[in-house]
Amino acid sequence: MTNTKKPLLNDTFVVIIFAAAILAMPIWLDPIGGNYPDLLQKFAIYGIFAIGFNILFGLTGYLSFGHAAFLGVGSYAAVWSFKLLTMNVLPAVIFGVVFAGILAAIIGFLSLRRTGIYFSILTLAFAQMSYNLAYSVLTPITNGETGLQLARSDPRILDSLFSDGSVGAGLPSTDLFGETMSGYPGFYFCAVLLIICFYISMRIFRSPFGLMLKGIKSNQNRMRYTGLNTRPYMLTAFIISGMYAGLAGSLLAVTDPLAGAERMQWTASGEVVLMTILGGAGTLVGPMLGAGLIKYFENIFSSFDDNVLTQAFSFLPDSVVDFVVPVVGLFVGSGWHLTLGLLFMIIVIFLPGGLVEGFRRIFNYFRSGGKTKPQSVEAHNQAGE
Amino acid sequence: MGDLVLHLDNINKSFGGLSALSDVNLHVEEGTTHAIIGPNGAGKSTLLNVCIGRLKPDTGKVTFAGEVLTGRQPHEIAQLGVARVFQTPEIFQEMTLIENVMIPALSHRDGAFRLNAAELLSRQGEVRDEAEHILEDVGLKDMMMVEAGSLSRGDKRRLELGMCLILRPRLLLLDEPTAGMARHDTNQTIELLKKIKSRGMTKVIIEHDMHVVFSLADKVSVLARGQIIAGGDPQSVREDPKVKEAYLGGAQ
Repeated sequence: MTNTKKPLLNDTFVVIIFAAAILAMPIWLDPIGGNYPDLLQKFAIYGIFAIGFNILFGLTGYLSFGHAAFLGVGSYAAVWSFKLLTMNVLPAVIFGVVFAGILAAIIGFLSLRRTGIYFSILTLAFAQMSYNLAYSVLTPITNGETGLQLARSDPRILDSLFSDGSVGAGLPSTDLFGETMSGYPGFYFCAVLLIICFYISMRIFRSPFGLMLKGIKSNQNRMRYTGLNTRPYMLTAFIISGMYAGLAGSLLAVTDPLAGAERMQWTASGEVVLMTILGGAGTLVGPMLGAGLIKYFENIFSSFDDNVLTQAFSFLPDSVVDFVVPVVGLFVGSGWHLTLGLLFMIIVIFLPGGLVEGFRRIFNYFRSGGKTKPQSVEAHNQAGE
Repeated sequence: MGDLVLHLDNINKSFGGLSALSDVNLHVEEGTTHAIIGPNGAGKSTLLNVCIGRLKPDTGKVTFAGEVLTGRQPHEIAQLGVARVFQTPEIFQEMTLIENVMIPALSHRDGAFRLNAAELLSRQGEVRDEAEHILEDVGLKDMMMVEAGSLSRGDKRRLELGMCLILRPRLLLLDEPTAGMARHDTNQTIELLKKIKSRGMTKVIIEHDMHVVFSLADKVSVLARGQIIAGGDPQSVREDPKVKEAYLGGAQ
C-alpha cells in the first residue's frame, strides 16, 4: 500500500510535452493537410476557449450555454483597442480578457442562483440577449450586421504618438512590437498563450480550489454542510472561464481584426460544449483534442468535393467509384456536419468520457497485455494490495 | 454536569396541513450524548433539519452556544461548529476516500472564501496528514485510495462520520448512524462513537436501535407525533408507561 497516488506523468513533464506538441503542430499536421496558419491559429484559439469552458463544466458540472457571449465581447474589445489605441496586440488581449471577465461577473452573479438546466437556460438567455443587442441597440458599438472593422481614419492614439503621423497605404495590420500578427507569427503568439492557459488550467485542477469545485459537482449539499459557501467559489470559476473565452475572442480579432455579432450566436456556445464533451469533459487535454478535431473537420472535411473523392478512390473500378463517391460525398464537403454528428453520437454513447477515455482504454488494454478489466475493479485491487 | 449548549425553543413546523413538530422544547447539555427516539414519522429527522438550516421552522428558534441558528445559511451553521451525519450518507461518490475527507478539511479552513487556486494540492501536507489520521480513526485508512461509491453501506456511514469529525464540530448530529448495519458493524460504530465522546463534543443522535441508545446516551428524549412526550436518563425513559404506549400503540 503506497501513501501517494502516483500519477502517470509528472505535471511539469505534461506541460513540456503539451508545449512541444503545440509548437510542433506545423510539422506533424503537415502530412494530414492541417499545416496552414489560418487553421493552426484556430486550433490554438478554440483550444483556449474549450480549456476555459472545461474549468467551469469539467470541474463544477455547471453547463453554460452562453459562453459565446464572452467570446464576442473579447473580440469587440480587442477591435476597439485596435481602433482607438494601438495596433499592438497586447492591450487588445488584455482588454478582451478584462471586459469578458466583467460580463462574466454580471451574468454569473445572476445565473448561478440556479443550478442544472435552469442555469443552462439562464446563460443561454443572456448570450442570446447579448447577440440581439449587438444587432440592435448596441449598433454604435458593434456596427450591427456589417461587423466592427478597422478603418484608416481610426484615431489609434498611442500609435500616432510614436509615429510621424503619415498613414500608410491600406489598413494597418496587428502587430506585437513590430512583428505582424498574421500567418505563422500569429499562430505562435496564440500557441504561447494556449500553453500558458493550459498550465493555469492544470494548476487550478491540482489546487484545493479545483478539489472544492469537484466537490460541488459531486455533492453540493455535502459541500454546504461542511461549511463551504459555494457561491463565491462558483462565481470565481465562472469568471475565470469567461476570461478564457474573452482571451479566445480577442485572439480571433488579433489574427483577423474584425468582429461580428454572429460570434455570439448560440451555435458558437454549442460548439464549445461539443468540443469539450467530444474530447473529454473534466480532463486536462480533452477539450484541446475536441477543439482540434472539430476545427479540423470543419476546415479539411468540408473542403473535400467529388473531384477529390474520385481521385482518392481512383484505384477502384469505375463502376464502384460511381457508387462510392456519391455515398461518401454525403459525409464530406458541406455534409461534414453529418460526420461530426455521427462521431459525436458514437462518442457519447460508447465513450462517455470522450476521446481521452478512449485513449486511456487503449493504453490500459496494451498495458494489461490484451486482457481488458473493468477499470474500477482494477483500481480497487491495486489500492487493496 | 456542563452547561446547556443547544436550545430548541417552541419549535413548530408543519408541511401543508400536517404538523410535523408542535411546540418542541429541547435543551442539550454540553459534552453529553442526547438520544432522540420515537416511532416512524414522529418528526425526528425534521428536528435535525431545522437545526442545520435545511428547513426553516414556522415559529421558534434554535440557539447553539449563544448563536441563533434559525435563519442562517447551512454553510454558516456548519462554520459555527455544527456537523451532521445524514440518514443516507452524503459523500462524494466518484472520489477517493482521502479526497472525501480532505475536502471538508479544506472547506473548514477556506469555507468563507479564499482564492486558493494558486496553491498545489500536493503541498497540503498538513491537511492530508489530518485526513489520514481521521481515516485511521474510523478504520478506513487502508482503503483511502478506493472510490467512495464502491464502499459498503456501513463503510459509507463511517466515511461520512470521518468527514464530519475532521470539521472538529462542537455539535454532532447523527441521523440513525447504524441503520441498515449488521450487528458487528453496529458494535464497531458504537465503539467509535464512544471514543469520540471523550473529546468533549456534544452529540444529538436519532436512533431506532435501543441497544445503541442505551450504550451511548446520557439523556433520552422521546418524540411522538411531533411532540416530546418524555425525557430523562435512559433508565427512567425505558420504564415510562407513556413511552411504551407510544411505541406499542397502546396495545397494553
